[in-house]
Amino acid sequence: MTIWRVKQKSKLALSLVILTVFGLLAFIPLYWMVITAIKPASLTMQFPPELFPKNPTLSNFKELFQRPLIFRWTLNSVIVAFSVTFLQLLLCTMAGYSLAKKRFPLSHVIFSIYIASMMIPKQVTLVPLYILVAKFAMIDTYWGLILPGVAAPFGVFLMRQFMVSIPTEIIEAAKIDGASEWRTFYRIIIPISLPAMAVLGIFTFVAEWNDFLWPLIVTNTQQMKTLQAGLALLQEEVPMQYAFLMSGATYAALPMILIFFAFSKYFLKGVTVGAIK
Amino acid sequence: MTVWKRVWKGRAGYFFVLPHFGLYTMFFLIPVGWGVYLSLFDYNVFSQEFIGFGNFATLFSDWLFLKALGNTFLYTFGVVPLWLGKALIVTVLLHPFRNSIKTFYKALFYLPHVTSSVIVSMIWLWVFNPTYGLLNYFVKSVGLTPAIWLGNKFLAMPSLIFMQFIMGGGSTIVLLSAAMASIPDYYFEAAKLEGASSWKVFTKITIPLLKPTILYALIMGTIANFQTFSNIYIMTQGGPEFSTISIGYLVYTTAFRDYNLGLASAMSMVMFGILAVLGFLQFKWLGSNVEY
Repeated sequence: MTIWRVKQKSKLALSLVILTVFGLLAFIPLYWMVITAIKPASLTMQFPPELFPKNPTLSNFKELFQRPLIFRWTLNSVIVAFSVTFLQLLLCTMAGYSLAKKRFPLSHVIFSIYIASMMIPKQVTLVPLYILVAKFAMIDTYWGLILPGVAAPFGVFLMRQFMVSIPTEIIEAAKIDGASEWRTFYRIIIPISLPAMAVLGIFTFVAEWNDFLWPLIVTNTQQMKTLQAGLALLQEEVPMQYAFLMSGATYAALPMILIFFAFSKYFLKGVTVGAIK
Repeated sequence: MTVWKRVWKGRAGYFFVLPHFGLYTMFFLIPVGWGVYLSLFDYNVFSQEFIGFGNFATLFSDWLFLKALGNTFLYTFGVVPLWLGKALIVTVLLHPFRNSIKTFYKALFYLPHVTSSVIVSMIWLWVFNPTYGLLNYFVKSVGLTPAIWLGNKFLAMPSLIFMQFIMGGGSTIVLLSAAMASIPDYYFEAAKLEGASSWKVFTKITIPLLKPTILYALIMGTIANFQTFSNIYIMTQGGPEFSTISIGYLVYTTAFRDYNLGLASAMSMVMFGILAVLGFLQFKWLGSNVEY
C-alpha cells in the first residue's frame, strides 16, 4: 500500500513539473514584455539580456504618453468596446429571450439561421462588409467600428441557450399579474439572466478591445485608430525600439489583464457555455 | 387561425428579436450573400464587370494564391494538433489536483488569451530578435547555434507555429477541464481497480468521453487558425520569400492594398469552402457515436 502511495505521489509531482514548464513557457513572454517596458531603452541592446531589471524606470512610458495620439486611441478603444458591449448585451438578451420563450411564425427559421451562420469565418464577410460600410459613409467613423461588432450572432445563441432553462411559469405568472411584455423582460428576465449577461459582457468587451483586423481596415486617419491598430502603427514606425514598443504593449494589455483577474471566475467557467451539454 | 393572426399574436416575439436580427441581417447575412456575388465580378477601382468564375480560374493558376493556400494548411495542421495535444495533456495532468491548484494553472494558461494577438505578436517579434532576443539567449545558453528565426524561409513558418503552440490552448484547457469534471469519478476508480494503466485510462476512457468537446475545440480551432492574420501582418508580412503568406493576409493585401475586391472575395469563398469541407470531415471522423 505504501509503495502504491509513493508511486501516486511521485506521479503527481511529475505532473506538477510538466504543468509548470508549460505554464511558464506561456507566461515568460508576458513577463518579458513588462520587464522590457521598465528597462532603460539602452539596456535592450545588451547581450546577455538582463532577466531581472536592476534599475527599473518609467521613462519608456513617459515617452509613450508624450504622443498625444495614444490618448485618442485609448479613448476610441474605450468608446468602441463599451458601445459594442452595451448594445450586444441589450439586443442579444432581447433576441435570446424571444427565441427561447416566444412562439411566433418563423421563430425557428430565425434561430436556425443564427446557428448555421455561427461557423462562417469572419473573413468571408470582410470585403463586402467594407463596401457596405463605405456605401453608408461609415468608413472612419465610430458607427463603422461599432455596428458590425453588435451584429455578431454568438451572443444571441448564448443567451437563448441560457434562457431556455428559465421556467415559463414565472413569465406566465407575471402576465397574469398584469405586467406588460417590456416590464416582464425588464423586471424578471434580466435579473434572472444576469450571470449569462456577465459572461457575454466580459467576453465581448475583451474581444472588442483586442480586435485588430476590422479597425485596421475601417479606419483611415490616425485619429480614428483603436489602441490595437495604433500599436501596429508604432511597430511600423519604430520597429527596433523594443523598450518603447513594449511599454505600449504593456499599456494596452494591462486593462485586459486587470479585467481577467477581477472576473477570473467568469473566464474560467464562461467559455464552456454552449460547448458542453 | 390565419397566418396574420398568429403574427399579430406573436408581435412581442418580433419586437424582442428584430432589433438584433435587423442589424445581423444588414451587417452579417447580406455581406455573406454579397460576398458570393462579388466573387463573380472583376470588381476594382476601374471596373465592375461580371466575369462568372473567372476569378476562381485566376486564383487556381496563381502561384502566390496556391502558395498561400499551402502555407495556411501547413500552419493550421501544424498548430491545431500541437495545441490540442497540449490542452489534452494539461487537462489530464491537472485533473487529480485540488481546486485551488486547478484554478491557479487554468488562470496561468488562460492569461495569454486576454492579451491581443497584436501584442503577443509584438512581444514575439522581440523574443525572436536574432541578436538581442530572449529565444537566442536561451538557445545559446544551452549550447546550440542561434538562428535568424523569422528571417529564414525554412524557419519562419515553424517559428510562427511554435509561438502559437506556446501561447495558445488556454481556452481549450478550460473547456476540456469542465468537460472532464463532468465525468463521474467512479469511471476512473473502476478502471484503476481493474488495474488499467494510465495510458489505457487515457485512451479508453478519457478521450472517448471528451470526444464532443474535442470535436468542438477542433472545429473552432481549425476555423480560427485558418484565418490567421495579425501575427503575419505584425511579424513577417508574408515573408521571407512568401514563406509565411497566409490566405487571411493575402485577402487583406488583395482587397485593401491592390483594391482588387472581386478577387479577394473569391479567395474568401475558397477559404469558406475549404473550412466547410474540413468541418464536415472532422464531424464525420469524430462525430460518430459522440453520445454517452
